Amino acid sequence: MSFVHHLPTRRELLVGSGALFAWGQMPRLARAEGRDPRLLVIILRGALDGLGAVAPVGDPDWISLRGDRALVLDGKMPALPLDSFFALNPAMPNLHRLYRSKQASIVHATATPYRERSHFDGQDVLESGLVRPGATGSGWLNRALFALESGGRVDPRGSRALGIGSVTPLVVRGSAPVMTWVPQKLLPASVDTQNRLLDLYQHTDPKLASVLQARMKLASLDGTPAMGDPMSDDPTLAPPGIARVRAYFADAAGTAARYLAKPDGPRVGAMGFVGWDTHIAEGAAAGQLYNLLGALDGAFAAIESNMGEVWHETVVAVVTEFGRTARINGTQGTDHGTGTVAFLVGGALAGGRVIADWPGLKPAQLFEDRDLKPTTDLRAVLKGLLGDHLRVEENLLAGTVFPESADVRPIGGLVG
Amino acid sequence: MSNSAKAEAVLALHRFGMGPRPGSIAALGTDPRGALIAELNRPLALAAAAGLPSSAKAFRTVADANARRTARAKQAQQQAKKQQMAAAPAMSEHQNQGQAQAQIQGQTQGQAQGQSEEKDAAEMAAKKAAEAIPDPGRPIYLQEAKVRTEAALAADIGFAERLVWFWSNHFCVSANKIQSMSGAYERETVRANALGRFVDLLMAVESHPAMLFYLDNLDSMGANSTAGINRSRGLNENFARETMELHTLGVRTGYTQDDVISFANVLTGWTLVPPGVDPQHGGEFTFNPRLHEPGGQTVLGKRYDQEDVEQGRAVLRDLAAHPATATHVATKLAHHFVADEPPPTLVEQMAKTFRDTEGDLKQVAIAMVSSDEAWRGPPSKLKRPGEWVVGMVRATGITQVDPVRYTGGQELLGEALWRPSSPKGYPDDEASWIDGVGRRLDVANYFAERVAGIADPQAIIENVFASEVAGEVKQAVDRAESRQQALALLFMSADFQRR
Repeated sequence: MSFVHHLPTRRELLVGSGALFAWGQMPRLARAEGRDPRLLVIILRGALDGLGAVAPVGDPDWISLRGDRALVLDGKMPALPLDSFFALNPAMPNLHRLYRSKQASIVHATATPYRERSHFDGQDVLESGLVRPGATGSGWLNRALFALESGGRVDPRGSRALGIGSVTPLVVRGSAPVMTWVPQKLLPASVDTQNRLLDLYQHTDPKLASVLQARMKLASLDGTPAMGDPMSDDPTLAPPGIARVRAYFADAAGTAARYLAKPDGPRVGAMGFVGWDTHIAEGAAAGQLYNLLGALDGAFAAIESNMGEVWHETVVAVVTEFGRTARINGTQGTDHGTGTVAFLVGGALAGGRVIADWPGLKPAQLFEDRDLKPTTDLRAVLKGLLGDHLRVEENLLAGTVFPESADVRPIGGLVG
Repeated sequence: MSNSAKAEAVLALHRFGMGPRPGSIAALGTDPRGALIAELNRPLALAAAAGLPSSAKAFRTVADANARRTARAKQAQQQAKKQQMAAAPAMSEHQNQGQAQAQIQGQTQGQAQGQSEEKDAAEMAAKKAAEAIPDPGRPIYLQEAKVRTEAALAADIGFAERLVWFWSNHFCVSANKIQSMSGAYERETVRANALGRFVDLLMAVESHPAMLFYLDNLDSMGANSTAGINRSRGLNENFARETMELHTLGVRTGYTQDDVISFANVLTGWTLVPPGVDPQHGGEFTFNPRLHEPGGQTVLGKRYDQEDVEQGRAVLRDLAAHPATATHVATKLAHHFVADEPPPTLVEQMAKTFRDTEGDLKQVAIAMVSSDEAWRGPPSKLKRPGEWVVGMVRATGITQVDPVRYTGGQELLGEALWRPSSPKGYPDDEASWIDGVGRRLDVANYFAERVAGIADPQAIIENVFASEVAGEVKQAVDRAESRQQALALLFMSADFQRR
């Protein structure tokens, strides 16, 4: 008996979302050039600490900013050098390998136009492509897709975009049809969610707190339920250890890649990974963030391998709603911030670069004396990808796809 | 709406109802107690159940399918055997060779193996043929579950539905034993009488085929009855004991083992029409005099000399009117709705209403919500899994459920629908459920993921608490990293789980 066994099968979902209809073909202009590009967008929900992922080891203020929490080239867990200035979190050897073979780029000190610090609103701006939250029910990726067939000549029966997860990410919602796929393995409540709930109980209900605490303690015994535990036969109750998170990331991303790789499959897709809100014990070099980045790195490997022959037509854009405070907070974590990184991965890239107009880390150089200052508008990156990879026309990019972005010039040369 | 009226509306919905839906709190206005009582004056019947089979019909459908399955299996087995016989000459030649060889080698196991393979093939054919006829019990169960759950989702407040759930658990049967009838049983007995008189509810329950089946009364026969003498069989005390211990008087209220035996004798002959013999009435209740112990019986010091089904009815009427039953019922109701240790004066007031009105259950329910004591205590009750899940769904405004998913979730949470592990039903105290909080978190997380696209956590916190919620909960929802996390924390908060 298990809850997950009652989840609908993949086939049921495909039928339910109308995805058994033929999918529309893809970027017409790109096709005319003999290409068949794929784009997958991964949203990291919770706000990724860009400095914990890609460390400015060449910045003279780096060590003083983060102290013993700073990733360094000669630390116990040495960061992986990218160039003379930046180094990658040691949890990401795949990304490092792709970067060195020019199949990955990193954009640093980037942000959407959103300057407040609410997750929901931040994700709304990130995914809608608008400058204000709550303004629309469609996402920039879907509108870009719609724009590709000018005059709205999109076959309404065709599913052109792929959404992964029970909730179709906003970025891919809109007029162009979407097919969705829900991973069979559901991610159980994260350690972060459990910690927050425990904190809530400790302030409001000691009895519930002690029960939850006991459960978490049990779960922390390296995933092995205690002997005689009546719950031990239930697979859904295994703790959400890092092994499960890794498996989930790889499974979800790998499946997205399999669909995108099909000759008649969708050509763009989107998915979200949660858990990046590292307020307490962030653990960039060993711990929470290290583990999550490792899982993300595994997802890159799964995508590369499942894309197979079309890897050279692939771009994966990994984005997050905003960054985190430059300094470590009082609980060895980081709070909501502004500037962060975006990862670009895929065989279609002209990669091997960290794209950054580095703002510096001195107090006066930080945004509001607390966050990494954003110097690259994330929309410039996305517009560059949509234009050069999918061939969405620039006037549409500045109009319906990213409204009010005429003065944000697309970054050229990202794809090869 | 004043703050205190709002607080009382929130409490009314959580403690006595199925939990707030969007707009529920405002709709209760300034008189939540009046709104609760008003809901009891509306009919409990379910329009959506019109297409569902009666319990007897459901039982016949399953019995028919079982009979056809047996026939098919037999047929397939015979056919497989015939085919093997046809192939036998060649086989025996082969076997002779084999035997000769085996003798040389000093082995004989090859032959034995060949025979068991033949048998296996016939059994496989039979099994396959039987599986071609699916069990109709499960789809009926799921459809009943859907109708019942959606009634809880559709109710304005859900006080009446909560009473249906309460009485269904008080008079529980188990779908593990009678899957096809479990939903119809609830509709035909509890839903029909939960706001009527206890004696009518009791009579409907104890003469229902599902209950008689569940508590093993179908084949209970008097030692001196015709059937008992002919078949040398006798009494099963289960039904009589549970009727006194669980359904009416309550445990340790003065009845003796002799009372149980006498009452069991009284109830012999309460059985059902075998589904195979009567296509019209199979599966319905019947009194079979051939099973009934002849003569009068004494139960709780009173002599019952009736000769037939009236003997049992007379005992049940007296049990329903017994003061111990009034106290038992009042205690259980207050324990379910108000507190694990309800105020004794509240219980006594409800018991008195029960006695004064000859067990008018609507008046008992009204007495409960009219008493200040039912409102005064802190929200200490931990919602049962069913209430909690329905409460989550209601909070989002969703009105339909997938019964496979819903019943799967209930099972995971330890409160499988209509499947309690004993006739005592599911427990109602915090100690029994609190260790399941971890499972709840998994379910909340899963549900939150599913609805995060349509549910705004800020709107939902307003839906379910108005402003009557701990600041810490608001803060946790505000600071969550995603809508999913915000919703999971909200549904898991003590404010949402306790009432």
